Amino acid sequence: MNMIKATLLSAVLALTAPVAFAAGGGSGHAIENHDFSFDGPFGSYDVNQLQRGLQIYTEVCAACHGLKFVPLRTLGDEGGPHLPEEQVIEYSKQWETFDPDLDDFRPSTPSDHFPKSALSNAPDLSLMAKKRAAFHGPYGLGINQLLKGTGGAEYISAVLHGYTGEEKEQAGVTFYENHYFPGGWIAMAPPLYDEAVEFADGHANSIEAMSHDVAAFLMWTAEPKMGARKQAGFAAVVFLTLLSVLLYLTNKRIWANAKRKD
Amino acid sequence: MSGIPHDHYEPKSNGEKWLHSRLPVVGLMYDTLMIPTPKNLNWMWIWGIVLTFCLALQIATGIVLAMHYTPHVDNAFASVEHIMRDVNGGYMLRYMHANGASLFFIAVYAHIFRGLYYGSYKAPREITWIIGMLIYLMMMGTAFMGYVLPWGQMSFWGATVITGLFGAIPLIGEPIQTLLLGGPAVDNATLNRFFSLHYLLPFVIAGLVILHIWAFHTTGNNNPTGVEVRRTSKEDAEKDTLPFWPYFVIKDLFALAVILVVFFAVVGFMPNFLGHPDNYIEANALSTPAHIVPEWYFLPFYAILRAFTADVWVVIIAETLSGGIIDAKFFGVLAMFGAIAVMAAAPWLDTSRVRSGRYRPMFKWWFGLLVLDFFVLMWVGAMPTDEPYATISLIASAYWFGYFLVILPLLGVIEKPLAQPETIEADFDAHYPPKAGNATTAAKSAE
Repeated sequence: MNMIKATLLSAVLALTAPVAFAAGGGSGHAIENHDFSFDGPFGSYDVNQLQRGLQIYTEVCAACHGLKFVPLRTLGDEGGPHLPEEQVIEYSKQWETFDPDLDDFRPSTPSDHFPKSALSNAPDLSLMAKKRAAFHGPYGLGINQLLKGTGGAEYISAVLHGYTGEEKEQAGVTFYENHYFPGGWIAMAPPLYDEAVEFADGHANSIEAMSHDVAAFLMWTAEPKMGARKQAGFAAVVFLTLLSVLLYLTNKRIWANAKRKD
Repeated sequence: MSGIPHDHYEPKSNGEKWLHSRLPVVGLMYDTLMIPTPKNLNWMWIWGIVLTFCLALQIATGIVLAMHYTPHVDNAFASVEHIMRDVNGGYMLRYMHANGASLFFIAVYAHIFRGLYYGSYKAPREITWIIGMLIYLMMMGTAFMGYVLPWGQMSFWGATVITGLFGAIPLIGEPIQTLLLGGPAVDNATLNRFFSLHYLLPFVIAGLVILHIWAFHTTGNNNPTGVEVRRTSKEDAEKDTLPFWPYFVIKDLFALAVILVVFFAVVGFMPNFLGHPDNYIEANALSTPAHIVPEWYFLPFYAILRAFTADVWVVIIAETLSGGIIDAKFFGVLAMFGAIAVMAAAPWLDTSRVRSGRYRPMFKWWFGLLVLDFFVLMWVGAMPTDEPYATISLIASAYWFGYFLVILPLLGVIEKPLAQPETIEADFDAHYPPKAGNATTAAKSAE
């Protein structure tokens, strides 16, 4: 009984915490959950989706935004876009990296990172999927994170196809109405439209499909080791459960005499 | 080491005798591990092991993280990303360290409230209690400074708000704040000293933990009845106790393993559950986040800090009486530290002769309210400062002080405690009645 009490206490303690999330919620429309392949304790990235997302990022987002924390070599990682080595080398060449030895820019190699944002007011996207927690479950507790993730990817795709088409000008800057962006008006012009990107395999390129693809790719840039982390977590849970059972039986045996139960 | 009579280590071989007469370290380990422990301890007595584990986990993961971290405002954020992306197993180390802090605080709060309910703070265990409170304060300092190191938005603004509290102290406040920050504002100097202290304090905590254990090994553990172990003879003591090894070591390890299942599920499947997403945005002195929220474990005391605004009558009285020296901001700071100070003073505020809450019918209810109060404070601490949260936090803060300053002293006088068991053995036997044939039981326990 006491054990249950103790566990409940810890559970309540743990669950009260993320009330913090709730306070930071945006205005406007609630962000709907989308079932990404990487949701849940056993979810993993869809390699094809990441590769499509990479293509959308490269052709569209990269015009303004950077991914300065992401090393280009990780594009070849298993559990990520998993490009073959030659493709990673080839892909890297299209970017430029400043080399202090040459005192000039040179084509990037896989050991370099993606470039920084090209536009000074365009935020870096490396961690965007982690710095936006989009939905919080009942009472803002965030307990649906286990099954649905933090919603960062959902937030990104919602913003990308959430434009209403309205515009306004304020102090010489054009703002676009977007219900999913906090405040409702965003400085970024609608970046995607249907068929903005052509995929080599002819995959659907509606604005929704592309939003999901690029959101999945940005989730990967934010959390590239997610697969390994979930595996490690799963192994730890299994082995510790086993250890708990063994310790429970040992404990029972040791105390049997003292409790006159043998 | 213990005051409870028990067998001590006897060196047998010549080698053991040789070592024992020069450095009795084996004897120290033996006596520590074999300490007589009240045999009726319940599952709330497992948190000590969990806390010891947490300290070891934080130091072990922290030392490796420090090898890859760069304490400089230009590189700190990027170096954390380097740990997450490039360092082998770095993502696990960092997530274990970040969530380890939360487990540490869950365990410490359970441990503190255990002590408050069963009267573990009462004579002769006041020193254990005070050392425990010092450890808790050090933990808060360490956790706060650790949260600044990733140099995210919450790191930066949390540091700005909390160090600003020291500036509220009249006369000496500003020099203290400057000393803490290493300059007029949170900057590189702040990050460097926080890193240094974040590395130092856990070892101070480890030292205090040794004193904490030494103190309660001298007085003996408290237990759910609050009745002391009989010390009249070794035989009597043995009826009330069992040696720590293996009985309580295995029991505690079992509890620890169960807790770690949950811990690793969080680390593996939802590692950012307890963190604030804004801390994945690099610190920016020009952009203040909409809501600056501390980590969950600070929320109850953060709520008390914010509760006392300038329009509260106690604040107005204090300001008038002190000639304006104690303004609302300073009052809040005093209240926050006072909330911990009154808890530390519990051994002298509690007037009841009965130790355990189990035999205190009125105390039970007030204690239950205190636990509820703690969660209410945690909740309003995360909320904005407008109504109804302002009023709720004021009432909840008032109860926190009322419990320690009014209820605890009064209850000892008003309350009629229930009858306590004569001995720990009697309590244990009530749960696990001796079998009919007493002789066989005795023979078995002699095996």
